[in-house]
Amino acid sequence: MAAVLTRDIVKKFNEVAAVDGISLRVPDGEFMVLLGPSGCGKTTFLRIICGLEQQTSGDLLIGGNIVNEIPPRARGVAMMFQSYGLYPHYTVRNNIAFPLRTQRVPREEIAKKVEWASQLLGIDHLLDRRPRQLSGGERQRVALARALVREPTALLLDEPLSNLDAKLRTSARQEIRNFQQRVGLTTIYVTHDQVEAMGMGDRIAVIDHGRVRQVGTPPEIYENPADLFVATFVGAPPMNIVSRNGGGYLGFRPENFLPRDMIEDGGATEFSFRVDRSEYLGSERIVYGVMEGFDSKQPITAKLPPAHVAEDSIRPGEWHPFAVKNSALRHFDTSGNRTTSH
Amino acid sequence: MSAIAEPVVKPTSRFHFIFDRRAVLETVLIAPAIIYVLLLVGLPLLLAIYYSLSAYTIYDPTWKFVGLANFKQILQNPTFLDTLRNTFVFTFGSQLLGLVLGKFGAFLLLQPFPGRKIVRALIILPFAVPVALATIAWQWMFDSLYSVINWTMIAAGILTREEAPNWLGNPYLAMLCIIIINAWRFFPFAIVIFLAGITAVPQDVIDAATVDGAGFWRRNYQIILPMILPIMAIGLIFGIVFTFTDLSIVFLLTMGGPGGATSVLGFAGFQTGIVSGDVAHGAAISLFMLPVLLVVVIFMLRFIRRREI
Repeated sequence: MAAVLTRDIVKKFNEVAAVDGISLRVPDGEFMVLLGPSGCGKTTFLRIICGLEQQTSGDLLIGGNIVNEIPPRARGVAMMFQSYGLYPHYTVRNNIAFPLRTQRVPREEIAKKVEWASQLLGIDHLLDRRPRQLSGGERQRVALARALVREPTALLLDEPLSNLDAKLRTSARQEIRNFQQRVGLTTIYVTHDQVEAMGMGDRIAVIDHGRVRQVGTPPEIYENPADLFVATFVGAPPMNIVSRNGGGYLGFRPENFLPRDMIEDGGATEFSFRVDRSEYLGSERIVYGVMEGFDSKQPITAKLPPAHVAEDSIRPGEWHPFAVKNSALRHFDTSGNRTTSH
Repeated sequence: MSAIAEPVVKPTSRFHFIFDRRAVLETVLIAPAIIYVLLLVGLPLLLAIYYSLSAYTIYDPTWKFVGLANFKQILQNPTFLDTLRNTFVFTFGSQLLGLVLGKFGAFLLLQPFPGRKIVRALIILPFAVPVALATIAWQWMFDSLYSVINWTMIAAGILTREEAPNWLGNPYLAMLCIIIINAWRFFPFAIVIFLAGITAVPQDVIDAATVDGAGFWRRNYQIILPMILPIMAIGLIFGIVFTFTDLSIVFLLTMGGPGGATSVLGFAGFQTGIVSGDVAHGAAISLFMLPVLLVVVIFMLRFIRRREI
């Protein structure tokens, strides 16, 4: 196990920078999530770490050693792919054993380690099947077992849950997280799903257009987004952004945008809000509308807690007094970066 | 009174929707293929089997039944046993060489380089050129006096004129020549098969193998090759069947010579049955292909089913 450090990694494909200078420090044993929209360069960055791509410039250090020129097989990192990349012609046992066979591990030791990894992931009853005979969840575990069996320096996961159905995904998320904590393995996890990122990461690196926009713990990312991209990418529905009179932008989360009478103390800013549409989601109600005197590209959303879920309290088509606590307001300058004062 | 208009009932013929019935459509569409196979494959095969059991020659077109006498006579002829051996050497030799060339070619063509598309198109040429033209070109390469290969080697100082091989005059070299020509004809097909197979292997699987520590050779022989084995086997069946029954290269280049060293089943059957007019023996010689091809096809198809992934 080892720390992973990148220094100003750039990767260009035909002069187009897919990764545009990423510097990231992942300490030993940390679960780091790379979060970003499709095509933001997060997968390319992961492939550079494991050596499937060679960076155009920049340094990559694993366990303190520069590994720029070291081929994938010698880097000691394991990677789990989006579609798992299991070997269809091998049984589960041989799939898991493959990384050990390439290292010329003695036969008895391979058997022992395959046993260990398959028991760890609860797939020891599947060892003689082939990948096509397994369900999606089982394949995912086999891929994980194969990644872990040679005790890698770091584990790289590329959207490992995207091929699972929603229900399985929730439990798989838990399993991967528990497992990672137990083994204490440095893990870099790529996803475009903010729920996975928020729920699993020790820290999250939000990436857009090949650059890191912000690195922080899930609460830091959510509460104090560094810029408008992070503010609107993380959170569902995203943070409301309105233009401010004096230039720049004002942001607030939908769950902080509440009817005036729900906010007790004085330190709040009032807005007049006209509800156009509302969505009932069971535990909450999301209402969409416009704010008097403010421009916004998107409709303003408010997430109403159970007390206001009942339809009759907030009627569409009417203006209502709404407010946001001042401590929940976020200010951004004209270029979209958050100004330090809340 | 109902406000809804009554639907107008149009009188329809009971055959109006006949092609919507699956069973009818299936029969109509499959029938031409079945009729074709029965008339142009099934009937000649039955005819050949009958000829082989008769004493039919073009001089004495009798249908007299002689049982297995023709087969017995053929098997007692040492020349025929040589022919049988030649056929195997020719078939498997050229397939092996073709596969090796095909794999190399496919790997070269997978690498991006300027003009790759043109090379990919040109590489199909040996497959597309009529075998008669190609063989005449090769005849010049292997000619005893004007051989281009010999001339090049002499000019390069590798050989002297006295040492230059007589390609088509030496039994072993003649066999090598027809193997080389057939492999040359077959390898573009092998390239296409390999390219199709290799590009169908998911990139994730190859990447996984790379990260799992597999180098070039291990990736090729433990991951890619086993995964493309089924499609390779299909290509090999085609290659074996077509080569085993082929007589064109032998007919055009060596005429079975020197001294029967390159005579193959198809050629011997043609010589005996058509040229010499002994239809019964010619048919019997040709029928020796049947069990061999049957075994090859059954073995390969079973193998594919077992390896199915």
